[in-house]
Amino acid sequence: MLRSKAFEVDDLRQVGESIAQSRREFLCSALKMGTAAAMLGFSPLRASAFHPGRKIVVVTFGGGARDEETFAPEGQRNIPNLVTTLLPQSTFFGRVVNRGILGHYVATASLATGSYETFDNFAAVAPHNPTIFEYFRKGLNRPAYDAWVVAPSNGFNRIGQSDNRSFGAGLGAEVILPKHLLNAATLAANRNDYKHLLRDNYEEPYYTPQLAGSEVELQQIENILRISLAEFRAHALTLSSPDELSVYIARQLMKRFAPSLLWITLHDMDVAHSGAYSLYIEGIHRTDKLCADLWKAVQTEPEYANKTTMFILPDFGRDSDFTAGGNGFQHHRTGDALSRTTWMMALGAGVREGAFIDRPVDSLDLVPTLGALLRVPTPLARGRLLREILNT
Amino acid sequence: MKPVDLRAANFSKYPKLAQALALQYLSVLQQLPLPLAASILNELSNYDWLFPAERWSIESPLAFLQSLSEDKRDAALAGFRRIVLSNQISSQDWVNQPGEFLESMTAYLWSTHQFDSFSSNARKFLEMWQSTRPEPKPALPRLCIVVLGEGVRADGVSLFNKLRPHGIFCPQVDDPHGMQTILNALSERISQRPFPYEHWYIDGGTPAPWDEPHCIRISWASLEPVRNATLKRIQEIIHRGNSGPEQLRTEIAKTRPSDIGFSSEKDEVLARFELSIFTQGSGTQIFSTTFAQWTAREALRRARPSTLVVRFATRQRQLSMDELLANKEIHKLQDPAGSLLDADMGSFYTWINQQRLTGSDQARFIAWSQEHRQAVSIGPSCPKGTTTKGIMSIADLLEI
Repeated sequence: MLRSKAFEVDDLRQVGESIAQSRREFLCSALKMGTAAAMLGFSPLRASAFHPGRKIVVVTFGGGARDEETFAPEGQRNIPNLVTTLLPQSTFFGRVVNRGILGHYVATASLATGSYETFDNFAAVAPHNPTIFEYFRKGLNRPAYDAWVVAPSNGFNRIGQSDNRSFGAGLGAEVILPKHLLNAATLAANRNDYKHLLRDNYEEPYYTPQLAGSEVELQQIENILRISLAEFRAHALTLSSPDELSVYIARQLMKRFAPSLLWITLHDMDVAHSGAYSLYIEGIHRTDKLCADLWKAVQTEPEYANKTTMFILPDFGRDSDFTAGGNGFQHHRTGDALSRTTWMMALGAGVREGAFIDRPVDSLDLVPTLGALLRVPTPLARGRLLREILNT
Repeated sequence: MKPVDLRAANFSKYPKLAQALALQYLSVLQQLPLPLAASILNELSNYDWLFPAERWSIESPLAFLQSLSEDKRDAALAGFRRIVLSNQISSQDWVNQPGEFLESMTAYLWSTHQFDSFSSNARKFLEMWQSTRPEPKPALPRLCIVVLGEGVRADGVSLFNKLRPHGIFCPQVDDPHGMQTILNALSERISQRPFPYEHWYIDGGTPAPWDEPHCIRISWASLEPVRNATLKRIQEIIHRGNSGPEQLRTEIAKTRPSDIGFSSEKDEVLARFELSIFTQGSGTQIFSTTFAQWTAREALRRARPSTLVVRFATRQRQLSMDELLANKEIHKLQDPAGSLLDADMGSFYTWINQQRLTGSDQARFIAWSQEHRQAVSIGPSCPKGTTTKGIMSIADLLEI
């Protein structure tokens, strides 16, 4: 702390702020539209008409991505699918602020509860506030297999349901951890062929927790996904990253159960913690492609086509290049403005197309918005409904 | 214990110089709010193993606080006094284990939404202290040269885009002996000021055959035994199976140079610095490009040298994290294109970190790609956002 010279880099910090500004200018021109000020007059909730059969897919990046590498002009080459295919169809929120703890599990749990959770990021504990999965299942009396989470393995196995007594037990989402499945499926096989898919926990590169491989996971593969172990192993060999495995599993769930609420957390880009910028960029490229693949799946699966709303958002950003005490893209430890500010894209059924919202919104606003679309109350969520997305 | 209860005996476990400094400023320490006292002791407790510039950064704020009237001191510290810690945090041994205390406190500040307030108060305090007692400017204008070395290449890549607006871009640099020219320039500067820790050469591969007794030389190749010993220690802790990432980090941070085979005859300040690259950096144990960037960052942040030469070499290809940590022979597979992107960003970060130091308005910075034969030069005599015509040598660049 004593060695920081923050005041000497104020000019440099302004560079970072101008990047955010240029992103907004680009998006407005790309979408050929006005900004939020022109849209605040709408009162769309009553008309949102999320009737039974509608689906919600939420994709979060548990890696954090910055403006410079995504929607800033110099970053757009890393996300061609998001920019050219998905953005024009979406309502885009350019300033989504996360005011909570910037660790991936606790931040994702906060996104799912609509309240800033405060537990230890590395502890395998349940969120303290009810999740959107519990609001959904309790509110609409939905069965367990109608809400799923596909997530990286470290800690996320508890994200499906809270420890709130009024909700919690028996009302959460089914959680599937692809790396656990793969670990179980490959115990008898040549593990070296699959190690690139078992990569885990970039936040602490030292730490590689032992993955469980049990009968439970084997049963999940055969009974839930309805694919043989041999088929699962063979397909895994064609994949190049853990996130590709997650999307493969998500697509299997879409075919098998067609859940109304599907939440997928991608994690490849968090390799940034290793300090290799090229690998971080590679992770963003892959995430961009996987988002497009998921959108394509949503459009082509009969159970999802024309009745699905999809949300895409990083859980938060990463440190600015110019913040003293950080090391730029590598971490998200300073709590600076760029590490707290990110974006969100909503597209599909019931969503206004080609809208850019410039006003700052809170990452907690996701849950009340999902609740409005699902027509369930979210009484303990702290965020506010994002009215701008709704197509009336 | 509260800071006001501090006594000389509390510092009995501190190393000699640190203990003396704590006693010299005991009355100041007694008046500090706990979050600030622990932050200062975290650095002060390592005083014996810090670089001269770091020692100044500990002594100077203490002297600043001592010089203030009571009213002004209270005003300077008011923000820190508003930070509320739990009894559980406050009761930890923040005098003898300030690092572990700060880890707990940081987590607590995040969870209670006080982290931003703490950071803001820290920034205000820094501004107050440093505007009153500015750090001395370097006797020699700082010079930093980053080399994207042999083999670090890719097709169709535009280099130094983030640096170009700040200086002269040189698209044609033809100099087969450029590295030697750089080392000669380093020797020249050493001859002008042959002082400890003032000149550094960091190599992300095998260092060039060059030796100067007054230059700190650190390389990926020469630190291989330290790296391997650190990785082995990490594996041992992981295989014990009872430690999460935070405990692992804490245990690794306790590693001493003697634990992993450093000679007792080696300069302990430097030995601890080298060890910290692997125990405190993320990815430095695995990727040579991260090692080079992080080591340069830490050298600038901590030692604040007047001369720094950093050379990036190719890094190993990405493999699964457990394979990398197991450090098998597969590390010989290299990724030249990925290394180029890493090094390009690393050169930008090195410039930023040089800019954080005193005398930045007079500092020179050069980044040069040996393979792509391009360079960028930044300094008071380098017009911003310009491009040179014609072929240049490294000597030409140094003379701008």
